Amino acid sequence: MSFFGHFSYWATVFILMTGLYIVIARGNLVKKLVGLGIFQTSVYLLYVAPGKLIGGTAPIVGEGFTVYSNPLPHVLILTAIVVGVATLALGLALVVRIREAYGTVEEDELLEADAKDD
Amino acid sequence: MLSQHFPILLVVVPLIASPVIVMARSGFLGWVASLAASAAAFAMSVALLVATTESGAISYAIGSWPPPWGIEYRVDAANALVALLVSAIALVVLPYARRSVSAEIGQERLYLFYALLMLCLAGLLGIAVTGDAFNLFVFLEISSLATYVLIALGRNRRALTAAYQYLILGTIGATLYVTGVGLLYLATGTLNLADMAARLADVPDKRPLVAGLAFITAGVGLKLALFPLHAWLPNAYAYAPSAVSAFLAATATKVAVYVLMRVYFSVYGVDAVFRDMPLGPVLAVLSVAALFIASAAAIVQKDLKRLLAYSSVAQIGYITLGISLGSAPGLTAAVAHLVNHGITKGALFLLAGAIALRAGGTGFDRVAGLGRTMPLTAFAFVLGGLSLIGVPGTAGFASKWALVAAAIGAGHWWIAAAVLLSSLLAVAYVWKFVECAYFRGPPGDAPDPGEAPADMTIPAFALTAAVIAAGLFAWPVLEASARAAEALMGAPR
Amino acid sequence: MTNAQFAAAALAIPFAGVVLMVLARRRPDVREAMAFGAAAMLFFVVVSLAPAILAGERPSVTLFEMLPGLPVVLTVEPLGWLFAAVASTLWVVSTPYSIGYLRGNGEANQTRFYVCFAGSIGAAIGIAFAGNLLTLFLFYEALTLVTYPLVTHHGTDEARRAGRVYLGVLIGTSVVFLLPAIIATWVFAGTLDFRPGGILGGRIGPTAAGVLLALFMFGIGKAALMPFHRWLPAAMVAPTPVSALLHAVAVVKAGVFCVVKVVVYVFGVDTLAALGGAAWLTLVAGFTLIAASAVALRADNLKRRLAYSTVSQLAYVTMAVSLLTPAAVMGAALHLVAHAFGKITLFFAAGSIYTAAHKTEVSQLDGIGRMMPWTMGAFAVGAFSMIGLPPLAGFVSKWYILTGAMTAESWTAVGVLAASTLLNAAYFVPIVYRAFFVAPPAGDVHGREAPLAMVMAQVVTAAACVALFLFPGLAIALAKSLAGG
Repeated sequence: MSFFGHFSYWATVFILMTGLYIVIARGNLVKKLVGLGIFQTSVYLLYVAPGKLIGGTAPIVGEGFTVYSNPLPHVLILTAIVVGVATLALGLALVVRIREAYGTVEEDELLEADAKDD
Repeated sequence: MLSQHFPILLVVVPLIASPVIVMARSGFLGWVASLAASAAAFAMSVALLVATTESGAISYAIGSWPPPWGIEYRVDAANALVALLVSAIALVVLPYARRSVSAEIGQERLYLFYALLMLCLAGLLGIAVTGDAFNLFVFLEISSLATYVLIALGRNRRALTAAYQYLILGTIGATLYVTGVGLLYLATGTLNLADMAARLADVPDKRPLVAGLAFITAGVGLKLALFPLHAWLPNAYAYAPSAVSAFLAATATKVAVYVLMRVYFSVYGVDAVFRDMPLGPVLAVLSVAALFIASAAAIVQKDLKRLLAYSSVAQIGYITLGISLGSAPGLTAAVAHLVNHGITKGALFLLAGAIALRAGGTGFDRVAGLGRTMPLTAFAFVLGGLSLIGVPGTAGFASKWALVAAAIGAGHWWIAAAVLLSSLLAVAYVWKFVECAYFRGPPGDAPDPGEAPADMTIPAFALTAAVIAAGLFAWPVLEASARAAEALMGAPR
Repeated sequence: MTNAQFAAAALAIPFAGVVLMVLARRRPDVREAMAFGAAAMLFFVVVSLAPAILAGERPSVTLFEMLPGLPVVLTVEPLGWLFAAVASTLWVVSTPYSIGYLRGNGEANQTRFYVCFAGSIGAAIGIAFAGNLLTLFLFYEALTLVTYPLVTHHGTDEARRAGRVYLGVLIGTSVVFLLPAIIATWVFAGTLDFRPGGILGGRIGPTAAGVLLALFMFGIGKAALMPFHRWLPAAMVAPTPVSALLHAVAVVKAGVFCVVKVVVYVFGVDTLAALGGAAWLTLVAGFTLIAASAVALRADNLKRRLAYSTVSQLAYVTMAVSLLTPAAVMGAALHLVAHAFGKITLFFAAGSIYTAAHKTEVSQLDGIGRMMPWTMGAFAVGAFSMIGLPPLAGFVSKWYILTGAMTAESWTAVGVLAASTLLNAAYFVPIVYRAFFVAPPAGDVHGREAPLAMVMAQVVTAAACVALFLFPGLAIALAKSLAGG
């Protein structure tokens, strides 16, 4: 049950850290959003993976179906995905506006431009 | 009876108002609709607060699916108070917003502003009333997404980068929160907060609970700008349109603080958070750091709105300090400061907006000589500032009194000392305004003396008057806070 | 009207005056008539309370509830009445003086001046009649804030710097020391009411009492106990009527009034004596007394010399209270009154000299007594009262303090009192000597008295110093009921 039993958690942690690293380390605003997307994906996995039982079916009441997978996490994550998409779309829209206003989407150049304004 | 459905209507009315406004495509109609929706929300919050005071918590099963299977909206003395604060601020900001926003945002986009404000209001009220951990996440994101856009509407191009920065950090915060909720869900098998609280004791392995608490603390800490997770706040408040700054400063972080209180005191319980885990000292140290570092940062700002923003980070420190005491008096003080600081900071940002409109900006070079050019606004700003310091007779005094009394009562003299010493830094940044407004002459290109238009000054002065009223007659807020603390701590476990 | 309503009216009158003066801001004559009218009304209201207080009545009125279980209450007791009587009497006297001074010197922002002045008196009345520590603190802070615009009246850089010191020290001490002391009292005692015999008896141990006393004594920055005295000399940048009424009477007296009130009604004299926590206070106050006198001795600026003299005289009151004997507490109350009349006379004279001759330094005063005999005559009376010579008010209060010190067998205090009397004489007598017995420098052409309103004011206060020696009955009766219970 140790490492392999917790395999999905290890994958979750790995994806979470990868996403977070990209958000912090990349200076390009679009790449940051990519990192943010990866970061959010880890949560989808965290919820969905434990909901699945090996051999389980969809929760259909009927003969022959005795082991069900939990459908609720899937529903929750469907909502979370929608939220994630909305965030990504808004983020990209903001990047477009920033590009229009500053002429760049690199973080260090933006900071430079702001410093010049002061 | 209609009043039976108030918990859901509180959220649904502004939520419906939003698309209606978009379809109407008219700034004026949008303003009327959002004013009506806010007034309705305010009336319902008052009714709910009265009802919870009289007969305890109200449970509302959405679609008549009984909890814990269906989503439950659960209103008690704590979140009714938060909902009242949020809707009251919305009701004050909207009359103000009409002129302020049309001066700062293009006419053709006005209706979008109102639509977003309603969306944000619906999200914040939803966070307050929901009794479901995942539903709370959804409302958190609804309000956050609306907030990002509202901030980006600011005139300065830095509003865009501020909104982007907030989007990144806010999304990380929300994701960390939902991760924590996921761990709790896996351990307990429920998302209903009250049900979760009841089942936590039966969880054999405590490790996921500890991890869940850590994730939720970090995630909500980001949303409430807990030092040192406050990086997004100063720019966001400084460059957002004035009406937005006022609305957000008074409500958004406060609602996040409420979430933290709910999770700590209602779900986990005092013993689990403050006895089994060392969260009390951790939170206390971070809060005290906020009091001093953020206040010191406020002193050196060159812009009034940025000064207020850093002051907010410090003032949130007082609230989290009250939470960190892990006691009923401490929590009472925290809730009281949540309300009192919400009113105070709302008033100050409204006044700053009036200054921005008349003086052409809120940099200290534009504020100079304000005592002569806008005497009433400057005087009201000083009154608000006195509340930040905690001078007796202002709202800030009452909650500071409660906080210091709670700290001394528990024998934490160093916390009392930190609260009072940091007030001196508040004196310094408030007096920076006083000296600038009263001892310096107005800049050469200053407009003729005169106040902002009445539809802006009346809401701003009304809220300032509320600050004084809440200071002289502080007991209603303190008693409501005590009831709220009782409701937060007394939830079934 | 009942006496309780009179007490509430006394608080309301100055604030009503504020509103009326703001409304009349475009009509200077009306505005100043309002100021005088408010002062006169307050005086009559306060005086009309006297028989009831002497008869042992303690009129009390709850204005409103502020914090849960902690209302804002006005209660009139002997010491508070005495303070209110001094403040309201001197407000009447100083109003014509202010009018003369502001017009004579062509000061700007006169409405703000009168408004803040009346507000300060209102706050002082609030302190005097405060029925509990919360009410006291509310008006204490209000007094600091409303006097700030008066201190910085001239709006210069110097005024701004002085304002920073003023506010920094007064707000700083009150927030960092006084407020936790009050809240701790609330936590320990469960009440903040002023009660004869104190509220802390049996509630705290000797160590806690010592710490709490220190927090109170240093927290009441207005009492100017060293090292928190710097605000008082800084406040001297204000126009002279402000220095006279506020920084010789209302503000500083509010400070020592709070000291007496806390010792007598919060700790209780007997409780504190039993706990033995006040010995250090005698030393600190004694040190302040001597050190401030020494600084005054070297100050050439007249107002600065008077300011340090005030610091020293305030320490008399604090030291007297710290002796914890009935006679000394009586002396403290009497000195509060005696010093008020003496010091305001001195400040009035300083303002007259500035208005008539534009002189501010002691070294410039050679022979000025010949040009301004009334002014310098009043100055001499005030100075001798400060030193404690009969037949003047200062003698009475020093007599009681000295008696108290001897009863307490505190030879430190006796020594300090003797030394300070010499020092008082050393820094006041030379001024009087210069004014009357040194010839004016050649070519000095000024030769007139100050405006009549100003001269009248200082003659009245100087006469009051004599009257208080000749007819001290009322003050002594009130002081006795404070000390003896």
